[in-house]
Amino acid sequence: MTPISDAPTPPHSAAPTPAGHAAVTQAHRTEWARVVAALARRFGDLDIAEEAAAEAFATAVERWPADGVPPNPGAWLTTTATRKAIDRIRREAKRDDKHQEALMLSAHAPGPTGPIDDERLRLIFTCCHPALALETRVALTLRLVGGLTVAEIARAFLVQETAMSQRITRAKAKIKAARIPYRIPAADDLPTRLRGVLAVLYLIFNEGYLATGPGTDPVRGDLTTEAIRLTRLIRSLLPTDGETTGLLALMLLTDARRPARLSPSGELIPLSEQDRSAWNRTLIAEGHRLVRSLLALGPAPGRYAILAAINAVHTSAPDIRDTDWSQVVALYDQLTHLDRSPVIALNRAIALAELDGPAPALTLVDRLEPTLSTYHAFHATRADLLRRLGRSPESRTAYDQAIALSGNTAERAYLTRRRDQLR
Amino acid sequence: MQYFVSVIDDKSNSATDDEMAAIHKFNEGLIADGHWVFAAGLAHPATATVIDNRGDEPLITDGPFVESKEFLAGFWVMEAPDLDVALKLAAAGSRACNRRVEVRPFL
Repeated sequence: MTPISDAPTPPHSAAPTPAGHAAVTQAHRTEWARVVAALARRFGDLDIAEEAAAEAFATAVERWPADGVPPNPGAWLTTTATRKAIDRIRREAKRDDKHQEALMLSAHAPGPTGPIDDERLRLIFTCCHPALALETRVALTLRLVGGLTVAEIARAFLVQETAMSQRITRAKAKIKAARIPYRIPAADDLPTRLRGVLAVLYLIFNEGYLATGPGTDPVRGDLTTEAIRLTRLIRSLLPTDGETTGLLALMLLTDARRPARLSPSGELIPLSEQDRSAWNRTLIAEGHRLVRSLLALGPAPGRYAILAAINAVHTSAPDIRDTDWSQVVALYDQLTHLDRSPVIALNRAIALAELDGPAPALTLVDRLEPTLSTYHAFHATRADLLRRLGRSPESRTAYDQAIALSGNTAERAYLTRRRDQLR
Repeated sequence: MQYFVSVIDDKSNSATDDEMAAIHKFNEGLIADGHWVFAAGLAHPATATVIDNRGDEPLITDGPFVESKEFLAGFWVMEAPDLDVALKLAAAGSRACNRRVEVRPFL
């Protein structure tokens, strides 16, 4: 994915320099959210902010390769975008004959500007507001904070570009009409609202790590990378929040295994069969550091922190046989107290199978049938446990159910091979 | 900024004494804090009459313009600076009247 693919290529760029293009790409990564946030704050309108930011980057694509990169790219982009926004407001005012309103808007002094970092945080909290549908929060966050194009977001979630564009437009209209505030929530709301933001980022990450639909790549590094980048951003803004650190560690320790996750034939490789030498040691080292810092914080880790610790155990084992399964089960026990989700119970049972064998694990898994019967991983887990117990016909049925429910092509390929290997 | 907070119910005028007491208390708080604009309960949709006077003469039809199991049983109009405040007030209102509510901004 090219981060600036929505910026129109200049029709006749004079001898473009690669340095200029690279600088725009780099600025897009580091400055997009700042520019959108600064404009949203100044003009109180996300639509104007987004459009003006996109225009400023398009101008940079035209100008920087020819004229050279400005000394302060971020300031150049914000100034250019601000001018574009004022132009648009004047244009619309002329068209709608609302000159008075335009004068008011353009005279709208940029209020007391807080630290620039707070601007981006405001933007994230607005995009992840609970009054918006979850899928809308994901789309808005990727567009306004992540800077992905509408086309890219539409592809990621397998909807038509026009439909995604409408979803984003409607969301911006709702934010404006219902006056969803552009601010960091008050202290008593912050923990709940931050959990909502982290949930959006985790969803983006998971969609990248195991894409749910058959129409995209099965593993999408673009989405996992973007989710990690945004989580890093939140952590840099709220460094003392344990769950943000936990989520970042969880993402790093999960993403570290991405290089070992697909076979050359495009089949998903489960943790137990991965080539651990292909894991990304740098990400693992950083993830382990973060988990240790969490343990130092105190005795009450949150959900993401525990999940990160579980992944730290896995990534500490040079071989699957070295895995400290009792530690994994103990962490799942701890997690069960915080989160009664049947998916957590399923994962606990998978770990327990390594400790106590497949028979007691299957008993636990079977109890989850009422809530998880439409979840592909439930059937895949049953299939594997039944296979290990030598109950091939039942295992085959469970594989069939898992294959039918999984939308991920690589996972289907793996499950199909496993099923066909049954005696 | 004003918000229209509708009370969603499948019955009309069905609040218990306890619910009425909680609603009164909640309303007093709205008034004291400057959020109160107006509030009222509505009679059952079966009592509604639709009038269309876009043609030559008013056309009168019986019943609500849309039939649904759940309907607008009452409402508040609240003054709030933004949606976060409106949602907090509406949450307290939902608790007080013991019904689901919908928050919608005025234009």
